Amino acid sequence: MDIFYPIQILANSIISTDSYLGSALNFFIYDVIKIGILLIVINYLMAIIRYYLPVEKIRDFLTKRKWYGLDYLLASLFGTITPFCSCSSIPLFVGFLSAGIPLGVTLSFLITSPLINEASIAIFIGLFGLKITLEYIIAGVLIGTFGGFILGKLNLENYIDESLQKIISKPQKYSSEKGENKPFLSLLHHFWQEGFGLTKKILPYVLLGVGLGAIIHGYVPMDFFEKYLKINSWWGVPAATILAVPLYSNAVAVIPIMEVLVSKGVSLGTALAFMMATVGLSLPEALILKKAMKKKLLISFFTVVTIGIITIGYLLNL
Amino acid sequence: MKIQVLGSGCPTCKNLYQLTQTAVKELKIDAEVEYSTDISKIIELGVMVSPVMTIDGKVALTGAHTLEKIKEVIKENQK
Repeated sequence: MDIFYPIQILANSIISTDSYLGSALNFFIYDVIKIGILLIVINYLMAIIRYYLPVEKIRDFLTKRKWYGLDYLLASLFGTITPFCSCSSIPLFVGFLSAGIPLGVTLSFLITSPLINEASIAIFIGLFGLKITLEYIIAGVLIGTFGGFILGKLNLENYIDESLQKIISKPQKYSSEKGENKPFLSLLHHFWQEGFGLTKKILPYVLLGVGLGAIIHGYVPMDFFEKYLKINSWWGVPAATILAVPLYSNAVAVIPIMEVLVSKGVSLGTALAFMMATVGLSLPEALILKKAMKKKLLISFFTVVTIGIITIGYLLNL
Repeated sequence: MKIQVLGSGCPTCKNLYQLTQTAVKELKIDAEVEYSTDISKIIELGVMVSPVMTIDGKVALTGAHTLEKIKEVIKENQK
């Protein structure tokens, strides 16, 4: 019995699982309540972490000393705890570089950031449990670490947009100290506001994702993907990865769909590759990064991430 | 007072700009609201988030916010 059992009882009391429709609705209610609770808790914790560890601090931390290669891993880990909005990717990219952080390390951060974030972790725990969530986090961090490391070795520094290169080479003055120290109690309120605000913002996507998932859950036959698509053969992982590129979506909406795919017999590696490619290899993201990167850097970036995702997919399928 | 919204041109940034305009109108303040997509300005402020709202050259808000929050910040900086 798991700790979410009371929610199942609640869902069962609202609607029985006798019919297809009932089963789909029951599934929907259960998942939405469970994920909602997890989101509130994890967003609250993350608001605390972010308050004490804003990106500016991460940047200073990475530049303070020599890390001898460990910085790729650190940058990748930091990428998991920062909320990601593609709006911020260019300021982040330029900000890291102009602080003297190597290109490869900066890219490690940039790769992991959309792949893993607090919301996706909350949903993963809710749908897959702790063990698979941990595998997911490790997979994302590895892609970021090695992806950044490889890109760093390719000497692509000259392929950063020229006008940005000028900004980067200028020494910057920083104002990372936020100054005023608020009393802890008023901070608790601030964390709650921030965490709850974020939860509210992503909840529609959760509803959408879980809703779609519930429909597939109720109406698609159990062995559909294996029987008709033979998705678990060798080409499953690359096909899932490439198929996901034009599907720009929020991680929050894809994970519930991914969970249903797994419950319908798609292997975990293939489903994870699909999810990671949806959030990490999107066209809108590419268009934003194009403002900062010349073609060669952009293509290398996406190629390395693609290879990373496919490799992880295969490894998890073993 | 001079308010600037700096962003990378993403929807969130434009949204912040529009909300800021509304906030100024509703508060009936004499303020100039400007929108810029010049990333170098964001970097010079030492910020790595987008969008950024500055009031008289100082960072007042980063990220996405509600109209109420924007009004609050503008009022705080008015004094």
